[in-house]
Amino acid sequence: MADTAVLAAQAAASADKARPGDAALAARLDVLTLPEGGFTRAAREDAAQRLQAMGLPGPRDEYWRYTDPALFNAARPEAAEIAGDSSTLFTEIERLNLVFVDGRFDAAASDKLEGEGVEIENLASAEGRADHWAAGLYGRLEAAGQQPVKRPFAVLNTLTASDGVLIRVTGRIGRPVHITYHRSAVDADVSLHHVVKLEEGAELTLLETGAIGARSNVVLEVEVGKGARFHHVSAKRANDPKLGIGHIFARVESEALFKSFALTVNGRMMRNEAVIDIAGDDAIAHIAAAVLGDGDTGRFHHDDTVFIIHGAERCESRQVFKKVLKNSAEGVFQGKILVKPGAQKTDGYQISQGLLLDEGSQFLAKPELEIYADDVKCSHGSTTGALDETALFYLRSRGVPKERAIVLLVLSFLADALEEIEDERLRDDILGRLEDWLTQRAGNQGKA
Amino acid sequence: MRLMTAGGKGMIGGRPREGFEMTEQIGDAIEIREGVDRETVETVQNMGSYKYGWDTEIEMEYAPKGINEDIVRLISKKNEEPEWMTEWRLQAFRRWQTMTEPKWAMLNYPEIDYQDQYYYARPKSMEVKPRSLDEVDPKLLATYEKLGIPLKEQMILAGIEGAEGAPAEARQVAVDAVFDSVSVGTTFKDELAKAGVIFCSISEAIREHPELVRKYLGSVVPQSDNFFATLNSAVFSDGSFVYVPPGVRCPMELSTYFRINAENTGQFERTLIIADKGSYVSYLEGCTAPKRDVAQLHAAVVEIVVLEDAEVKYSTVQNWFPGDEEGKGGIYNFVTKRADCREARAKVMWTQVETGSAITWKYPSCILRGEESQGEFYSIAIANNHQQADTGTKMIHLGKNTRSRIVSKGISAGHAQNTYRGLVSMHPRATNSRNYTQCDSLLIGDKCGAHTVPYIEVKNTSSRVEHEATTSKVDDDQLFYCRQRGMDEEEAVALVVNGFCREVLQALPMEFAMEAQSLVAISLEGSVG
Repeated sequence: MADTAVLAAQAAASADKARPGDAALAARLDVLTLPEGGFTRAAREDAAQRLQAMGLPGPRDEYWRYTDPALFNAARPEAAEIAGDSSTLFTEIERLNLVFVDGRFDAAASDKLEGEGVEIENLASAEGRADHWAAGLYGRLEAAGQQPVKRPFAVLNTLTASDGVLIRVTGRIGRPVHITYHRSAVDADVSLHHVVKLEEGAELTLLETGAIGARSNVVLEVEVGKGARFHHVSAKRANDPKLGIGHIFARVESEALFKSFALTVNGRMMRNEAVIDIAGDDAIAHIAAAVLGDGDTGRFHHDDTVFIIHGAERCESRQVFKKVLKNSAEGVFQGKILVKPGAQKTDGYQISQGLLLDEGSQFLAKPELEIYADDVKCSHGSTTGALDETALFYLRSRGVPKERAIVLLVLSFLADALEEIEDERLRDDILGRLEDWLTQRAGNQGKA
Repeated sequence: MRLMTAGGKGMIGGRPREGFEMTEQIGDAIEIREGVDRETVETVQNMGSYKYGWDTEIEMEYAPKGINEDIVRLISKKNEEPEWMTEWRLQAFRRWQTMTEPKWAMLNYPEIDYQDQYYYARPKSMEVKPRSLDEVDPKLLATYEKLGIPLKEQMILAGIEGAEGAPAEARQVAVDAVFDSVSVGTTFKDELAKAGVIFCSISEAIREHPELVRKYLGSVVPQSDNFFATLNSAVFSDGSFVYVPPGVRCPMELSTYFRINAENTGQFERTLIIADKGSYVSYLEGCTAPKRDVAQLHAAVVEIVVLEDAEVKYSTVQNWFPGDEEGKGGIYNFVTKRADCREARAKVMWTQVETGSAITWKYPSCILRGEESQGEFYSIAIANNHQQADTGTKMIHLGKNTRSRIVSKGISAGHAQNTYRGLVSMHPRATNSRNYTQCDSLLIGDKCGAHTVPYIEVKNTSSRVEHEATTSKVDDDQLFYCRQRGMDEEEAVALVVNGFCREVLQALPMEFAMEAQSLVAISLEGSVG
């Protein structure tokens, strides 16, 4: 795997064809050091080939129409201050803690990696083995998710990931696995790759909180086996001025359930891509996000790009994306439901809503349907607008102060997305945090 | 629901689809039962066939095959255009050579050889403009008669005096008939002139009203707008021109009928409509072409300028030959249509019924520049057999308090692919604007596809944008209900589909609504069974 220098040279050489981002790619590969051997070797080599062929996205790339990839392309991230750690989410819940600092697993700070019905390892320490259950998944679900749209940063991640968790679940795990990220260096460029496999009938809840790095690139590959249930709740650290790109590649087998929810409160620039392949009959996949973006501390740009593939019969998918935007914040949603030929009785639903709290903020949406089967029910809705003045007036006429009324209306706007978290303890925890945060914010602004 | 393959019910009794000539022969072969009139039998037999698929054998004059500067100059010369117009075309042509064909649409068709087309074809008899009915080639008249344009209008079409005596109620629609590359004639010109309305072919307008053409041509769709519009700017041969002066409500509906007849010939028409302050005009467009094995190119541009308080209603029933059941032949339809609501309270309404063409690439758009201007888009797109349609609209809100509404109904059957592609853009300055979009798709059969690709860009907070889309199949309960009442399955589907399209059909002018309704039924013939 030491041929990255060759790769960098090739990328530089093909610059006469002047692909955007080629120079940046060459520069990044040039400084790369990769682990030798191990079970990920084949996948990493394959990723090197694929990345070479596709290059990094340019500003004219249709899939990057609303988000400028330049900052993700850059050879190095800019230094970003570390926000104070106020992440106390889920601490009341009994869980298995895994801690990553600047993209490296911190065994001392983590719980013992054991539990009934679950195997947990971190990628960096397991990778040396030639034989591993994750060999069939690492970089494989990612590669399968490259059609029909290229996702070069996911390929880059497969190629360069320094660590991650490998979780194989055989039973129903009541205790959630909680990954907490910490930043200690102001300019850490972090690449993490997680692989989760749920065997038939298994159940797992995966939680993610904290700040990963000044720039982060995360891939989560999930295989949800027959009848298995996977719950995912992620809430990255509020106000951290980081730059992040996240990917979920999921394959959902028959009668299985996949649910993912992400909360974002401020930050700088984030793009979350998800490719969910519903491959077995009677499966369910839901993905939701609640975003609060305030551009007053600098630029805020948040992009959710979702691709749901229905390849089997009688499946249900649901996408719920809500973004509250303020002070020139930009919210993007690109969502697609693809129903393959023969995926009859599909029920696909997608809603994307932008709430613009002031002039200057933007919500840009591209909700797509691509349908090749006739006996299906697919719909999408997208709305953008300001706070409902009538509702605000109603609350104020009942004696609710304006700041409090706005908090209530924003929370009710986000409610549909939060509903997607099945576990009430998790939902209440997030709701509480959100309310605190909004109230605090409103209070601050009241004083100013 | 089972998919019908070629040779099934769509051809009624296994006969090939032939159209008019066939009907006459068949009339003799079939015994007509008592109480059923001949007309009914013929109508029924015409169902399920592309009834405009015949061609007119007429001596044509072609420009040499291919495109180069000489061809552009030749077209300009044939139209007796002034120097500035020739230069304008050449400028477009030079630009076009640097451009590449857009590939982003969800359309799949073989590479078009732009050098293997005729860019100019006109009936030889049109060389000298006929002055009386006797001078017009009877075959040309017969063509329009067959297409259903009443005889009295044809007399006027041929420029005959004495058509004055035509009954008043039959004279509601003025027609500009375009045959391949030339305008054959325009009816009711004198009457329109009395109201101050100019309605003529664009080649005539370039000669007679250069000041208007120079001011507005290319001001909505610039020469360099896109690959197909630029090609059109270089080689457009004819089309219609409308100018409605301030405060005038155009006394009748205006209409253009486009007919492609010649083989291997591209049609490139250009329409320019100007509605001056406070005026109103309703404009209809119809199109047909003969059945041929080889696909034909059609790249049109329509520009509409709407000034203060004016209103334009533009309706299209596009029924170009869609290709046969195997997807052979048909028209490749690449059209740029755009309206510019340039001043306050201008209003434009696009209504389209797209049933024909093998390939449709068409996005009638509204630029809502004037404050409180309004744009509306109503569309039915039906794709059957191997047709592919990628169509929709753009609503670009630039002015304050602007409003737009989009209602799109897409129907796919057979092996067809039908895509709605649209943009709603709220500029930061377009405060207090509104958009409502509804696009519904209906799938008939499990081999077709229906897709929705909307772009929604909201850049101010006081505007409200709503978008809804659904995709479903023909409801089994509704079908069951109809069948229980004695309808056969095809009739039942046609009825349900007409109900699905109702909102759009209602937006069409009367004359078109009737035609469109039966077209919906015809286009879906053979898709169920």
